[in-house]
Amino acid sequence: MAASQAVEEMRGRVVLGEFGVRNVHTTDFPGNYSGYDDAWDQDRFEKNFRVDVVHMDENSLEFDMVGIDAAIANAFRRILLAEVPTMAVEKVLVYNNTSIVQDEILAHRLGLIPIHADPRLFEYRNQGDEEGTEIDTLQFRLQVRCTRNPHAAKDSSDPNELYVNHKVYTRHMTWIPLGNQADLFPEGTIRPVHDDILIAQLRPGQEIDLLMHCVKGIGKDHAKFSPVATASYRLLPDITLLEPVEGDAAEELSRCFSPGVIEVQEVQGKKVARVANPRLDTFSREIFRHEKLKKVVRLARVRDHYIFAVESTGVLPPDVLVSEAIKVLMGKCRRFLDELDAVQMD
Amino acid sequence: MEEDQELERKISGLKTPMAEGERKTALEMVQAAGTDRHCVTFVLHEEDHTLGNSLRYMIMKNPEVEFCGYTTTHPSESKINLRIQTRGTLPAVEPFQRGLNELMSVCQHVLDKFEASIKDYKDQKASRNESTF
Repeated sequence: MAASQAVEEMRGRVVLGEFGVRNVHTTDFPGNYSGYDDAWDQDRFEKNFRVDVVHMDENSLEFDMVGIDAAIANAFRRILLAEVPTMAVEKVLVYNNTSIVQDEILAHRLGLIPIHADPRLFEYRNQGDEEGTEIDTLQFRLQVRCTRNPHAAKDSSDPNELYVNHKVYTRHMTWIPLGNQADLFPEGTIRPVHDDILIAQLRPGQEIDLLMHCVKGIGKDHAKFSPVATASYRLLPDITLLEPVEGDAAEELSRCFSPGVIEVQEVQGKKVARVANPRLDTFSREIFRHEKLKKVVRLARVRDHYIFAVESTGVLPPDVLVSEAIKVLMGKCRRFLDELDAVQMD
Repeated sequence: MEEDQELERKISGLKTPMAEGERKTALEMVQAAGTDRHCVTFVLHEEDHTLGNSLRYMIMKNPEVEFCGYTTTHPSESKINLRIQTRGTLPAVEPFQRGLNELMSVCQHVLDKFEASIKDYKDQKASRNESTF
């Protein structure tokens, strides 16, 4: 029946029309559709929900979450970007900086360096505490002096030959353990994630000598605390051919989409187009520039199928980051539940 | 100074004493005089669309709720107003609490499924690496 097909499309697909997007908002709340029971049912949710990991390596993760609503998927994405804590340089005590890079610029650059330290093992620093204790602070020292190389050739113009220590990299940062940190963290585990980040350049006679304090923070406070290079999601594309497409039109159709989406097969001597792998499509909407073909295709997205892509900066593996993000959302709920209990006891 | 008879602010919330003697309420409830407890506006401090939208979705899925919406008062202020109106005489605190509990169980289920899926993927990768030797 056409009516129920239209209802199913309204409930389950976000349709990309030529001039606008339709059915964007979630409408499956109790009372909106007659004949559907939309009240929250945990068992029905658990039966329909699944997670599939597509690809994972040490810094990036791609996985699918199927059967969940946009509000909750977006909450996870927002938490990954802004509310999962990490350690980053917050205070820089400059003893000597005769380089050409100003103190505040240097401090800003140092803050953005990702620090390889598990933030779950540290506490937040108390407000008003200037010194910091071993449970909430990491200390690093950066001390580099540039000198002229006495053994350089007389007519050389290559700075690598003429000067010693003229480029300051993160590998020049040394960790100074506080208190019992030397026992807790083996040698070499507390360091910047990458040792080849260029911090500043020097010339003979210039020196940088400073002490850095790292604290625990969240991305909401400053973007340097964000643990992900980026975290994003997209909805699974759903491409349907409303009529069979044959011959040259089939070839033209396959060129309108990303490679691999439309497959042209030989059936009984004729070329026939078939949707092979809609997941690969990036929806360039090229199809709407072809008058004859745009009526044949319906572009849509599946409303409850989210393809997440999480790239970590190296502080924590990406699967740990997603688990921490889910725990942060649970922590928020628990906080308000405790508040409610405390209020009701009064 | 005329007392406003229309709106009776009933503020209740846990006051957490801070080191400097500062008091911070995380949750407030505002109710207009003359209505019973089935229409309440909750003010959630230090929250934004992250919890607001997901909580609104869970509360709207409750058939007893006639209206549920949230708004951020001003982008410079970090708080949200979440309004719940229930059908009949059910106190509005009840769907709020139920929404929080349901959101927690959704998160718990998502976490379990996600960790199981990661474990499967790692096991599969490990067995594939072994079989190539």
